Amino acid sequence: MELPPSLSHAGRAAALAAGCVCYRRGSPGRGLALRAVRRARRQDVDGVGHKYHLELVLEDVLDKDSTVNCTAEVLYHLGKKTIAPDVEFTIEGELKNTDEADNAFYNQIKSLEKELVAENIPDSHGNVSPEMEPIHLLAWVASGYVMWQNSTENTKFQLAQIKHVKQVKRSDEYLEFDYMILLHEIVSQEIIPWQMTVLWHPQRGVQVTQDSRQPKHAAE
Amino acid sequence: MPSGAEASRCPLAMKILPVFATLVAAACSEQLFVGDQVLRITASDEEQLTLLRVLGEQAELQVDFWRHPSSPGRPADLRVPFPSLQAVKIFLESNGISYSIMIVDVQELLDEEKKTMMESRRTERSISTFDFASYHTLDEIYDWMDMLVDDHPSLVSKIQIGQSYENRSLYLLKFSTGGSNRPAIWLDTGIHSREWITHATGVWTANKIAEEYGQDPSVTAILDSMDIFFEIVTNPDGFAFTHSSNRMWRKTRSINAGSRCIGVDPNRNWDAGFGGSGSSSNPCSETYHGPYAHSEREVKAIVDFIRGHGSVKSVISIHSYSQMLLFPYGYKTAPAPHHQELNELAKKAVSDLAVVYGTKYTYGSIADTIYVADGTTVDWAYDNGVKYSFTFELRDTGRYGFLLPSTQIIPTATETWPALLDIMVHVLEHPY
Repeated sequence: MELPPSLSHAGRAAALAAGCVCYRRGSPGRGLALRAVRRARRQDVDGVGHKYHLELVLEDVLDKDSTVNCTAEVLYHLGKKTIAPDVEFTIEGELKNTDEADNAFYNQIKSLEKELVAENIPDSHGNVSPEMEPIHLLAWVASGYVMWQNSTENTKFQLAQIKHVKQVKRSDEYLEFDYMILLHEIVSQEIIPWQMTVLWHPQRGVQVTQDSRQPKHAAE
Repeated sequence: MPSGAEASRCPLAMKILPVFATLVAAACSEQLFVGDQVLRITASDEEQLTLLRVLGEQAELQVDFWRHPSSPGRPADLRVPFPSLQAVKIFLESNGISYSIMIVDVQELLDEEKKTMMESRRTERSISTFDFASYHTLDEIYDWMDMLVDDHPSLVSKIQIGQSYENRSLYLLKFSTGGSNRPAIWLDTGIHSREWITHATGVWTANKIAEEYGQDPSVTAILDSMDIFFEIVTNPDGFAFTHSSNRMWRKTRSINAGSRCIGVDPNRNWDAGFGGSGSSSNPCSETYHGPYAHSEREVKAIVDFIRGHGSVKSVISIHSYSQMLLFPYGYKTAPAPHHQELNELAKKAVSDLAVVYGTKYTYGSIADTIYVADGTTVDWAYDNGVKYSFTFELRDTGRYGFLLPSTQIIPTATETWPALLDIMVHVLEHPY
């Protein structure tokens, strides 16, 4: 059975899909955000769940004029709250090449004598210093995974803030960062502290190797 | 200490003196500049110029040019961290490059600058120097309100409608050209304290209304027949808390009996579908509706005011974020009786908003567009005879969320203005 989904439900599925795309395609030099939902339809699959068919427009957060079209399918599994929704997507066209920015960031971090530590990104006034922008973007990309894994039809997550980030020295070629982030869940309006360990290498993409929800006052 | 944390060094672009304070305020504020000096160096020929540039490239020295070496005879300013001072001076002296010490201790200067800035904030006494492009504290906004009244005494007055839980004054700005109990438009910002862009937009908008009376035909027409009541800091306790303790605080700061958790969601505390599943009965929740409808002084004050006034024709409650223009209902999915008219008006308003910078808003009823929400301001207003009840959710859609950069304050307020005007003009032209 097909129903036209309400704006609110279409919006949640779209945000989820966008986060997933961002996670798979993002880097410290490229973050993707949902610009618009062109089309949305909902299909009730008997015994399985609700499937949303979406046509989205995504934008490059560093260059708002750079957009791509994306079709996505989001399947929320009925009754099984512990299973993450299935997301499949196709991006039309090419994403901007960010090798130069990615490599520059990679080399910059690799050459640090002391491990990077920072907090409150953005700060209370929304400021992000230029050096911290790739760190901010990396969290934006990685949080796409956390949000995807923890979403239901009744949630819509956004990254509210990085409370704390600490680089973890590695002997291999990967960069590793331990983040404490705040997620904003729009339906409940809750601010949820979440810890995530993020691995990145320019050719190997972003990976969240470990993540855990924290108690409400953990980040204060 | 001064030589650590390379990744948090501020960009070379920050060479201007007043921007020192930004160095302190920005994310890299953990770095101190104690003992650092700024040397004014004058290269006498091309060879010395080259040496200077090479000096700047020595990563381990961590020097940075505040004014780059450009040509012989022109001074270059170089900040030298304390540990590198000796090495740099020996280098300059042994190569016969003349220099003088321009700043003996950078940290001292920063401290002085910060002090001056704080003092100047306290002595800001004129509307014309109020910085609309910054976020302000409660005191600064309350001081500014008095200045607005002083500057437009025949148009603007300040009314106190009650006190918050922690006994802070709840103020309205009243815009009126006379008459007696004229039909009125109600505007509020800041009901959720973490939504800083709303207070900032409120301040800009109130100023705009005052400026445009007598200039803009629509504003003049509106104020010639109607009054505007504007509550800019609807939740002052929460707002103070976002400055002092928790930037993400949303609710009031009232103590909940039997719970260690504080605060009630003031936008779930109204008597319209109160207590339903679109709110929470858990005091620790961000959408806790409170022990009973209008339990919060901040909400009760508005209820009493609007009821007592008897002629409020529109309630516009401003929130962030999501870029939406919403109207009743939130507590039920059935369309409101005036759905079509409200929908058409919302469509027009968001279209005029988009013209300014291309910012796209979605629109519709609360329940359809964002979520089911019980006990909201606009549902109560609507169910109590206020037909034109709208909720704005301002910028952005999540990139910065509540932490919207202050550079977006004026663009946000500027684009929202035509949308607000559309609604107010419609209210004027459709009396009921």
